[in-house]
Amino acid sequence: METVLFYLLGCIAAFCGFFMVLHKNPVYSAIFLVQSLFAVAGLYLLLDAQFLAIIQILIYAGAIIVLFLFVIMLLNLRSVENEMRYMFRVKLLGIFLSVVLIAEIIYLIALHPEIGSQGNWTSETINSMGSTEVVGKALFTTYLFPFEVASIVLLVAMIGMIVLAKRHAKES
Amino acid sequence: MIGLSHYLFLSAILFVTGVIGVLVKRNAIVIFMSIELMLNGVNLSFIAFGRYLHSLDGQIFVFMVMVVAAAEVAVGLALIIALFRLKTTINVDEVNIMKW
Repeated sequence: METVLFYLLGCIAAFCGFFMVLHKNPVYSAIFLVQSLFAVAGLYLLLDAQFLAIIQILIYAGAIIVLFLFVIMLLNLRSVENEMRYMFRVKLLGIFLSVVLIAEIIYLIALHPEIGSQGNWTSETINSMGSTEVVGKALFTTYLFPFEVASIVLLVAMIGMIVLAKRHAKES
Repeated sequence: MIGLSHYLFLSAILFVTGVIGVLVKRNAIVIFMSIELMLNGVNLSFIAFGRYLHSLDGQIFVFMVMVVAAAEVAVGLALIIALFRLKTTINVDEVNIMKW
């Protein structure tokens, strides 16, 4: 059962990722990206990370993709869709470099690198307490400082976004 | 029970798909989406490692990566809007005023 689900979700994630890159219309790219992200959320469920699966759907599908679609609609890209005169050689070089990269990664995975020490959070422990409680406890005790820094990062991003997207009076 | 390497292969495929998107596409918004795909590939391998090493740190890392991804998308899309206002294009080939 787990194997079937893994291959199903993995194929959905990979193929939707490919179609996202291949498709010319950015709106379709965004939809394929959402499907890919949903499949990855399903894989998180298989890996006993229920909290992060829900967060993935909420943050990515609920916030980030909506933001992407807003910007695509806002810019009305039909008028700038003249990227047909691309440089063929640059694309070929990019695909060649990507093939080299995946060959390197597969070689590294196939080496079976020595895996580090085992912790004590087995899936039984996590499932008996609940993934949300486990992650929340770790976030608010061991990782309290990074958690607070993350809030500052979000605040700075919010201010920066408002400053950047604001129309300056003298420009217009 | 599926081995760890299956998940690592899948995350490598997702990551390299994102790399292809960044290298090949010329639309700045699609390049941002490809970066999101790369981040997701890395997140998947974090969670898979955490599961197979019985560790919780992978999930915390993924949480932080999601925070940074949200901030990055907000700022990046604001930059794209500012760019579109200035040049009325988001084709990255036509944005070369800092190139010499």
